[in-house]
Amino acid sequence: MLKMTHLSKVYRTEVVETYALRDFNIDVKEGEFVAVMGPSGSGKTTFLTIAGLLESFTGGEYLLDGVDVSNLGDNARSKIRNEKIGFVFQSFNLIPDLNVHDNVEVPLRYRGMKSAERQKRIQDALERVGLASRMKHYPAELSGGQQQRVAIARALAGSPRLLLADEPTGNLDTQMARGVMELLEEIHRGGATIVMVTHDPELATRAQRSVHVIDGQAVDIAEEPRFHARGDRAEAHAGA
Amino acid sequence: MKKVDEMFAYYLDLALRSLKRNKALTGLMIITIGFGVAASMTTWSVFRAVSGDPIPWKSSKLFVPQIDNWGPAGHGPKDTSKEPPDAMDYTDAIALMRDHRAKYQSAMYQVGAAVTPQRVGQHPITAIGEAVYSEFFPMLDVPFKYGSGWSAADDDHRAQVAVISSHLNDKAFGGGDSVGKTLNVDGHEYRVVGVLGDWHPQPQFYDVVNTGGFSEGGGNIFVPFTTAIANSMNNNGNTNCVDAPKEPGFVGLQHSECVWIAFMVQLDDAAAVQQYKQYLDNYAAVQQQAGRFTWSPNNRLRGLMDWLDHEHVVPSDTKISLYVALGLLLVCLVNTAGLLLAKFLRRASEIGVRRALGASRREIYTQFLIESGMVGVAGGVLGLALTGLGISGVSWVLPRDIAALAHLDVSLLITTLAVAIVATMLAGLYPTMRAAAVQPAWQLKSN
Repeated sequence: MLKMTHLSKVYRTEVVETYALRDFNIDVKEGEFVAVMGPSGSGKTTFLTIAGLLESFTGGEYLLDGVDVSNLGDNARSKIRNEKIGFVFQSFNLIPDLNVHDNVEVPLRYRGMKSAERQKRIQDALERVGLASRMKHYPAELSGGQQQRVAIARALAGSPRLLLADEPTGNLDTQMARGVMELLEEIHRGGATIVMVTHDPELATRAQRSVHVIDGQAVDIAEEPRFHARGDRAEAHAGA
Repeated sequence: MKKVDEMFAYYLDLALRSLKRNKALTGLMIITIGFGVAASMTTWSVFRAVSGDPIPWKSSKLFVPQIDNWGPAGHGPKDTSKEPPDAMDYTDAIALMRDHRAKYQSAMYQVGAAVTPQRVGQHPITAIGEAVYSEFFPMLDVPFKYGSGWSAADDDHRAQVAVISSHLNDKAFGGGDSVGKTLNVDGHEYRVVGVLGDWHPQPQFYDVVNTGGFSEGGGNIFVPFTTAIANSMNNNGNTNCVDAPKEPGFVGLQHSECVWIAFMVQLDDAAAVQQYKQYLDNYAAVQQQAGRFTWSPNNRLRGLMDWLDHEHVVPSDTKISLYVALGLLLVCLVNTAGLLLAKFLRRASEIGVRRALGASRREIYTQFLIESGMVGVAGGVLGLALTGLGISGVSWVLPRDIAALAHLDVSLLITTLAVAIVATMLAGLYPTMRAAAVQPAWQLKSN
């Protein structure tokens, strides 16, 4: 579903080059639930934004659903985001001007869906997260857990095959976090591929597999963490 | 197509919500646009009224000849222009009419007359008009409601005939077809041969020398030039002399070198213009040989629009106020651009979310441009109201006869709205570009 090979991401300023990712390799199969872990600044969020086509990368290869996305234009990338990918963010990112119904509707609008189908999907998605009765509420009128469930409903409404979640429970208390995790597991059982960034080891155990990102590189939890000498790293990068 | 309509409706709805959200900022933008547009539209309406082509379908064929019958004596010590006088003396005007070298031509001067209708108990009416030749009417495509102009034979026979405006027709005869009725003008009986249709050219381009371009109440009665001379109808316009006439009275004026007669000719193509120029030079050369002119020929043959420009028919203060108003509009636009930029960039996180959920850059662009356009529409509506107020108030700052010309019509209405919308969207272009360039990843990461 999602395959990155020798991927690198460099931020350049006039004086410094910073590698956010280098020789980054990951292969997430269709229907997998993968947790991505790592310390702050390790590059896990950068990985997620690149995976979600929100950011370009500097080198390497990225196949999303078998398609090489490196040379796609803005319209094509936007279409893939809209149709194949769902996002859940740590800070929910609901649009404050829009009520629950209209927030969930946003991705469906960009898909050019007919009104009747939009309404049906919004209803279904909100029912799944248990908030169908709150359609007319505005985000500010909801609790954090409810807001995150609306965000999940928004991601679900478009029936994405890949759900990218960035610390989805980071801003929630334990009870609310549990509810959100159960929801994600349910979505996974429904057949969606989920990649979840988290720094909470307990949450990570709920995924089928964990990947650690350390210093811009992915290390599968099954393997021993590899620590390279500087020279090795340069070599690895040169091969990318 | 339906999908496009639906998206458009969606963007309109989003724009409306966004504008409602911060009413103070939205109000400020609308007021800024409204004032800028109103100021420029008000002055433009005045400018349009005074600088327009009064006869666009024909102005390229109409020319004003000038003959230098004064020579160097006509110029002050500091005047190096060598321009011939603006008007003609009687001698030259009559000679040009007699030679008849253009397709149409007419000498003319302004007359003011006491008109007494043949109705019992009617008081005399003061009418200002023009003494012209018969070719004046076809030359200027003058529209008639009833009847027509007079004939060349009427010119030759100094016939006592008159063409009157609808306005004078209403006042003297109570309207209707008055052709054949009689009008007493300065004690002489004139037969009405034509009643004009709606004809109020502004500027009064046929005789700017005597009318100054813009005047209220002129052009109400037209009589044959020859008849007016025979009946000693005095010149009601300007007279300029280098030397005082040697004989007294109106006849003395006719024998003098004083200039007081306007002249216009119709020349249909470049060859005709060239020939007429040649004719004027030959005429002046003959005058020189005869000893009347002691200088070589110094004539001009200006096209109508060139002539109006030369005569400064458009007052320079009108031009200046137009520039000032356009400057004000520009300042308003820059301000609006700043306000829109602040408004749009404050919504960077919304833009980031929309991008993540599948909005392309173009869709963000469209959304925000429509929001700018909506501010423009609102600004335009306010601008229209203010333009209406402004037009009724221009008489405070501009001369009354010019201010009277400015009016709100359909074309100004449409222009005002269009200017507001286009200008606001231009102002919104940069903020919109910035909004569409928001990097979704950065927005979402920083949260």
